[in-house]
Amino acid sequence: MSIEVTDLSFSYGEHQVLAQVSFEAQDKQLLSVLGPNGVGKTTLFRCVLGLLGGYEGQIKLDGINIKGLGVREMARLIAYIPQFHYPSFNYSVFDMVLMGTSVQVSAVSSPGIRQKKLVETALERLGIAHLKNRGFTRISGGERQLVLLARAMVQEARILVMDEPTSNLDYGNQIRVLTEIKSLAKEGYTIVQSTHNPDQTFLFSDKVLAMKEGKVLAWGAPGEIYTKELIYDLYGVEVEMESLYNDLARVCIPKNLMAGKDRPADLLFNVY
Amino acid sequence: MEQSRKNTLKITGLGVLLLVTIIVSFWLGRYPITTKEVLGISLSKIYPIEQFWTDRVETVLVNIRLPRVVLACLVGCSLSAAGAAYQGVFQNPMAAPDILGASAGAAFGAALAILNYGSSFTITVSAFFFSLVTVFIVYAISRKVKGKSILGLILAGIVIGSLFSAATSFIKLVADPSDQLPAITYWLMGSLAGSKIGDIKFAFLPMAVGLVPLLLLRWRMNVLTMGDDEAKTMGINANQIRLAVIICSTLTTAASVAVSGMIGWVGLVIPHLARRLVGNNYNHLMFASVLIGAIFLLWVDNIARNLLTTEIPLGILTAFIGAPFFIYLIIRGENY
Repeated sequence: MSIEVTDLSFSYGEHQVLAQVSFEAQDKQLLSVLGPNGVGKTTLFRCVLGLLGGYEGQIKLDGINIKGLGVREMARLIAYIPQFHYPSFNYSVFDMVLMGTSVQVSAVSSPGIRQKKLVETALERLGIAHLKNRGFTRISGGERQLVLLARAMVQEARILVMDEPTSNLDYGNQIRVLTEIKSLAKEGYTIVQSTHNPDQTFLFSDKVLAMKEGKVLAWGAPGEIYTKELIYDLYGVEVEMESLYNDLARVCIPKNLMAGKDRPADLLFNVY
Repeated sequence: MEQSRKNTLKITGLGVLLLVTIIVSFWLGRYPITTKEVLGISLSKIYPIEQFWTDRVETVLVNIRLPRVVLACLVGCSLSAAGAAYQGVFQNPMAAPDILGASAGAAFGAALAILNYGSSFTITVSAFFFSLVTVFIVYAISRKVKGKSILGLILAGIVIGSLFSAATSFIKLVADPSDQLPAITYWLMGSLAGSKIGDIKFAFLPMAVGLVPLLLLRWRMNVLTMGDDEAKTMGINANQIRLAVIICSTLTTAASVAVSGMIGWVGLVIPHLARRLVGNNYNHLMFASVLIGAIFLLWVDNIARNLLTTEIPLGILTAFIGAPFFIYLIIRGENY
């Protein structure tokens, strides 16, 4: 499974949102899209998911040009994990995940035994089987994200698109969700996620797409492009960047927050 | 799933309750009829048995009580199913035929047809057409309202509904007071009094044409409640399904209004009762709504024809029950 975007441009009327965006990701790869709010990440995702037509350029999923594909064909190739929002009606976790299998049944029928087995397996796999009869709005944020992940898995598409999967999660849940995402990528999924956490991007991603004002600012392996200059160009924030454990991790520290502290840096960090 | 087995049991229970209600509804009335007579007359239609009842009993049962009971069931089913379906495709727990203006539009269409001396067929078609127009206008406006979509939908429904009510009043003003005006007024109050066998034949087809797809598309409605983007990425053609569901719900609403007039609140109150009973999964919700709707309207109609010496229009009774329930919903919030 692969995703390949070439020279993608999109405009809302006069306003150009995406200009000449190109990137690709192979199977077992986790691609992170980094960039400030309003940079066109959502538009990019909507194009890739087939929700927005009228773009220029080419989007290929698994080698298939998606222009003109119907929603059912799209759903077999690519699944979407939205940011958490309260649904209008509360469903049980099981029913919520079962909805992901809808593409496998005809319009006038309901998911059957095979689909219910898929749901059981996905819930087990993500360690949330005990929640299956709970209401979706009554579980924790991290659990909800895992439920949406399970819903995408039972869809049986091998490319997953995630819109800020760790936003609104506490630190522990962020790491739990990212660990699951990482292990799904290892199993063969191609995963595209948007994120606001640069350090985690470096730690978890195989590839990084940095975007600004609808254009690609940098694109490549995190080791090549993740620098303090990139952070400044993206967010306008001056940082110091430290490489740790033989460059397994890179940490950036905002200069402004360090300025004016009369304690040495190592003491400062011990406070936390 | 144990949950789904429990729901199947509850729905079977509702089915039994409906049967009991139907039988009880045959007894109740100004002219007493015993169970034995009800059973005897029903059986005699299929199997020749010696007549032990008077002809008058048979006339009352077949020509007066039967059409009423059947129509109460059909209208109850239709309005509740339409309400549940509207709630799903508009992703809005407060959607219902009357709140969306579908009933007001249908009433206007019916009144307009009566004004032009239309046949029963013309009345339904006209009711359906204007009902559909109102729903689409209300939906279009609510999409433009900034902020909370629930509020937008209710406000747009109130505005468009009262606009169509005003138009209906205008029709009443110019209608012939000797025949047209009473006919229109009868429609607006909502009543099953004077139902005839012919009404059933007439309403059954559009109701069935609307209800069957609603029941078939029940799983798709679950997915639609997730919103368009999510539904589409899950392989559901959200626009097509929504359009089909709106047309079917509006058809059943219009057919109900054409035979029974404006019976408010059923489409809002019943789906919510059903949600409390079996949860939000449309696989169970649609059946529970349809059954509770039929049971509810049968009982309301029984009260309407037995409580006082004069008939109370159904619309008045459903409002007395529905309005307090709606207040309860607002206070309690939409935490389903």
